[in-house]
Amino acid sequence: MTEWSIIWDAREAFFSGFLTTLTLFGLSIVCAFVLGCAMLYSLEERTPLSTLVRWLVNGMRMLPFLILAYLLYYGLPRLGLRLDAWTAGLVALIVYHGAYFTEILRGSRLVLPAGYVEAAKAHGFTPLRLFMRIILPQLVIKTRPLLGNQLIIALKDTAFLTIITVQELTAAANSVQATYFIPTEAFVVVIVLYWLISICLELVLKWAARFGAKRGFEHG
Amino acid sequence: MADIPAVRIQNLSKSFSDIEVLRDIELTVNKGEVVSVLGSSGSGKSTMLRCINWLEEPDRGSIYIAGERIGINEEAGRKMTNRELAAIRARTGMVFQGFNLWPHLSVLQNVMEAPVQVKGMPKEQARAIAIELLEKVGMGDKRDSYPYTLSGGQKQRVAIARVLAMSPEVILFDEPTSALDPERVGEVLTVMKNLSAEGYTMIVVTHEMEFARAVSDQVVFLEKGKIIEKSAPEKFFSNPETQRVRKFLELST
Repeated sequence: MTEWSIIWDAREAFFSGFLTTLTLFGLSIVCAFVLGCAMLYSLEERTPLSTLVRWLVNGMRMLPFLILAYLLYYGLPRLGLRLDAWTAGLVALIVYHGAYFTEILRGSRLVLPAGYVEAAKAHGFTPLRLFMRIILPQLVIKTRPLLGNQLIIALKDTAFLTIITVQELTAAANSVQATYFIPTEAFVVVIVLYWLISICLELVLKWAARFGAKRGFEHG
Repeated sequence: MADIPAVRIQNLSKSFSDIEVLRDIELTVNKGEVVSVLGSSGSGKSTMLRCINWLEEPDRGSIYIAGERIGINEEAGRKMTNRELAAIRARTGMVFQGFNLWPHLSVLQNVMEAPVQVKGMPKEQARAIAIELLEKVGMGDKRDSYPYTLSGGQKQRVAIARVLAMSPEVILFDEPTSALDPERVGEVLTVMKNLSAEGYTMIVVTHEMEFARAVSDQVVFLEKGKIIEKSAPEKFFSNPETQRVRKFLELST
């Protein structure tokens, strides 16, 4: 049981790592979602910006997340832009998952019946209001399971940031296991904490499903 | 001096790739008039209607809504911006064959949405108007339901209330009863008859001959993208000018 008492003694390190992970995750998914929606809006009309967004989204899909984090943390300083590890990690999460949010919503946008959009145009909606009030809500309701999946992937991607020295949950576990050589216990704690966040996410998504079910989008 | 017509279409032409769908359409619809547009499938009826609110962009010709040119900013000599187009579209209403109620919004929210979002009407006022209009189309008790729970006829009546909430200068009906089962057609036509009695200006693309005969001030017949007959319903149905219309009427009654 001495291993567990070591873990208990290191609880502050775990707790602080857990908070960092939660903060990074919470902040990044909110910003990534907003970015994803903004990029989707730019795709509504064919413009130079929309071409750029398509390239960015496809670029992100071809890139492993860790490479992007490396690029931002180790690569950008050579261009004269030095980000601290936490900021680089946050930006990486936002851009990467923002691109995936765009892609998920875009798929659903392609099959959204044109009639809803035409009805809104006929009623005098300007493009931005049409997008915010008529298009986006439907896409979000329809893609809820995919968006939820992406959130869990984003959560797990925060663990990569340990490699660029962000002091998040995995980094905390790694430091405890390296100091006391108790890998099993240290990582079990971390797994439980990641699970905890995932389970909360699942509950929120389940709850959100009722919103769609009530409107006939899915069967509750 | 005569009133400015609610809709004036001049020299309207439209092609899809190299197929000419509309040719030199001329039509004037005065305030309070009901115009029925008849013709077989593919004759260009819906395209003509969709040009009026610029859901389709015409190749040639001009369309005026209560005196204002749609699609082209005449003063600036260029196409309208999205914002200008939205503003003039807000003065027209359109009822679709497929209803197109917004599925994520309740019946009441569907009717409130455009007044609040487009006109910037305060929510309380929009709500009061929406409730009144839903009562008027006989959907008052369904206001908290979502569209997917409604029958086709109910959806179409909500769609009509949604259009009325914007107090449009003209309402365009694009085959409003074609997707309904026969038992539900009557409830929608009744609402439309009441609207015409109240003095709404309406352009109705339809296959409902009885409705066209009873309610219209003008009947327009399209054939291969051209208006080949335009007359008062009494004349149109009892003594049509062209062989084509005679044949059409024979086959559809």
